[in-house]
Amino acid sequence: MRRFFFFAPIVLFIVLLAAMLWGLNSERDPGALPSTLIGKPTPEFSLPDLHTEETVGSSILTDGKPKIVNFFASWCIPCLAEHPLLFGLAKEQEIQIVGIAWKNKPDEAKAWLEKHGNPYRTTLYDLPGRTGIDWGVYGIPETFIIDGKGKVALRHAGPITPDILSKKLIPLLEGLQQ
Amino acid sequence: MINEIGHFALVLALGLAAAQALFSLLGAAQRNLTWMTIGRRAAYLQFFALTLSFAALTKAFLVSDFSLLVVAENSHSAKPLIFKFAGVWGNHEGSILLWVLILALFGAAVSRFGRGLPTTLQARVIGVQGLIGLGFLAFIVATSDPFVRIFPAPLDGRDLNPLLQDIGLAIHPPMLYLGYVGFSMAFAFAIAALLEGRVDAAWGRWVRPWTLVAWIFLTGGISLGSWWAYYELGWGGWWFWDPVENVSFMPWLTGTALLHSAIVVEKREALRSWTILLAILTFSLSLIGTFIVRSGLLTSVHAFAVDPERGVFILLLLAIAIGGSLLLFAWRAPDMKGGGLFAPISREGGLLLNNLLLATATATVFIGTLYPLIIEAINGAKISIGPPFYNQTFVPIMLPLLVAMGIGPLLPWKRGDMAKLAGRLKLVLLLTLFVMGLVYWQDREQLWPMFGIGLAAWVIISALLELANRVGLPKVSVGNAWQRAKGLPRAAYGMTLAHIGLAVAVIGMVGSSFWTEEFIGLMKPGDSQEVAGYHFKLEKMEAFQGPNYQARRAVVTVNASDDGGYVMKPEQRLYPVRKQNTTEAAIRTTFLGDVYVTLGEVQKDGVVLRISFRSLIPWLWMGALLLVLGGLLSLSDRRVRVAAPAAGKRT
Repeated sequence: MRRFFFFAPIVLFIVLLAAMLWGLNSERDPGALPSTLIGKPTPEFSLPDLHTEETVGSSILTDGKPKIVNFFASWCIPCLAEHPLLFGLAKEQEIQIVGIAWKNKPDEAKAWLEKHGNPYRTTLYDLPGRTGIDWGVYGIPETFIIDGKGKVALRHAGPITPDILSKKLIPLLEGLQQ
Repeated sequence: MINEIGHFALVLALGLAAAQALFSLLGAAQRNLTWMTIGRRAAYLQFFALTLSFAALTKAFLVSDFSLLVVAENSHSAKPLIFKFAGVWGNHEGSILLWVLILALFGAAVSRFGRGLPTTLQARVIGVQGLIGLGFLAFIVATSDPFVRIFPAPLDGRDLNPLLQDIGLAIHPPMLYLGYVGFSMAFAFAIAALLEGRVDAAWGRWVRPWTLVAWIFLTGGISLGSWWAYYELGWGGWWFWDPVENVSFMPWLTGTALLHSAIVVEKREALRSWTILLAILTFSLSLIGTFIVRSGLLTSVHAFAVDPERGVFILLLLAIAIGGSLLLFAWRAPDMKGGGLFAPISREGGLLLNNLLLATATATVFIGTLYPLIIEAINGAKISIGPPFYNQTFVPIMLPLLVAMGIGPLLPWKRGDMAKLAGRLKLVLLLTLFVMGLVYWQDREQLWPMFGIGLAAWVIISALLELANRVGLPKVSVGNAWQRAKGLPRAAYGMTLAHIGLAVAVIGMVGSSFWTEEFIGLMKPGDSQEVAGYHFKLEKMEAFQGPNYQARRAVVTVNASDDGGYVMKPEQRLYPVRKQNTTEAAIRTTFLGDVYVTLGEVQKDGVVLRISFRSLIPWLWMGALLLVLGGLLSLSDRRVRVAAPAAGKRT
């Protein structure tokens, strides 16, 4: 019985080792945080359109077709990195992308879109950043996939990479569109 | 050419480490003196080879040789010289090289200073050191070679992370490493003792100074890191219970426990298996610490050191080193004889309580740090554990520890006398109550500061009283007491100083947690603000150019009734090469706290300033300094230097 206690440390260590080995698998991103919005309707918003200054409400997300909401800004370098991928996504998947310029002056956002091209069907701007807070955005770029009924199906924080696009976003979108 | 020599020396060191391990361990098993001598020589040579290799890498950094990949990625020709130098270990490859260099230094130190040890014990210690070195050198050569070239060499480098371009952080990693790696000595002694199958007083006497060296460096390293976070990150906090902070704190806790339990082994030949286990655990936690920082297993502010690709290799090393040693422990330790019986009211009883509390404290930090990972592995849920957890679990364990710290040193070995103890404690308690009354008089709104500072006072008063008792005060004359004071061993002063240091640090923690006053808000040039009796006026904003950064600073004049009429200049720097911002807080230290001003977001109609008075913070750093000084004093004790080899010969 006494000997048993001397084995306790090694047993505990093996458990820890297993957890660490699991934690190293490359699929896992320790920084990723799931959104509490998944499966819930998107937070209400009402934002001015970047080009027409008309106020647009959250009802544009509930027309029956899945959509992508992408938070970006002209001052955000990772946003530029993912920008070209958004064109391909809009074209090949025939999906409408709603861009929200977050904490960005409208003139600067407009100039940025003119320079790098505009993949968005609708572009809104959120200068005070309130909508971003409602959506739980903690750093941009952030991308949300919304199903046809206006519910959040996926949230991705950080720039989209070709890998994430083909493994996560496209399979989900294809599922939603059927 | 020099780079090639450095690279060659590195590979040579790998072979030498293998020779060191093989000849020492086999020599000890066969009792072959020649082999053991070869092992010892190999330890010197390994240290020499790694010094050469490290010097070559240092030279590459100093002369900005961008044909080396690490230099190109982590240095810049415009960087100040001191940070070119610190850049050697400001990256993964260089820092691991520093790690093995320090390990080899300790291995060479046992070869040199361990002559008084029983020959086979010394050989086994050197052999275990060689094995650890072998593992990490294989890791460097296979996955983290610092001498990889790039062609064509870029014209300039990508610069060191600007957060790391700071004098505090130039010294922080090597200090931490000296601490982490220093515990490899205690570990090697533990494994050697398990192989030898015996632990005696001489063993305890030998392990203690090495553990003390490691503990001093770790204490210094952790304090420096904490101090750096305080003035550089600009949040005004000094401890965040971040995973990477925790992994350096856990070996500190178990190392502190080890320092105390080794005394029991030395004096009473008791707690032997436990002390061995502590030695193994302390170094294991250091290894896990290195692994977690390097692998990016947990999210942390230390993300700049992360590389998951290499994680698997280190994990394998961990499995072999920790798993192997714990298996050896499970196999050999039960056969070691237990110690004598303990009276609960005795010095060894007090030290045992210290160990139980420190081990429990380590367990809470361990659970808090790794529980999120284990939960995620089981059901995929992401949870995070923050300061509220530690406030509710760790702090309550520290309270009885402080109470015990006030009593333990007053107890004699073997058997204490309850009545005598009560008589001594009466005076301590009386003075403590007086201090608590004073604190309550200052702050009647909350009770925590009263209890916290009361506990610290309890420790300080008891430590001073114990010292007075030792020199015979108040029974003998002052002159006589002075004579006796000169005769006391330095280790006694070391203990007193370290205990007082911890109490002083506790006062700093309590003060900064409960009495800090803060203002955060938008100010325009010409605006004024009152904080904690100080009058702050934002005079103007300035821009200027540093050597490798551009900066903006606010000029704030400060006035107070008793202290004032000076200017503070908090800065915000932009390092263009890495496109990264850093804040430089302006801090003015006074006896009762720091005046702390940081510059936030610059807006159209002004700037966000964060102005605070951080109560008693300097006491925290003072306490840390006293801890280190106490350790150094104890290390300089004659007994440590002379008695250990003599006792070794006797066995």
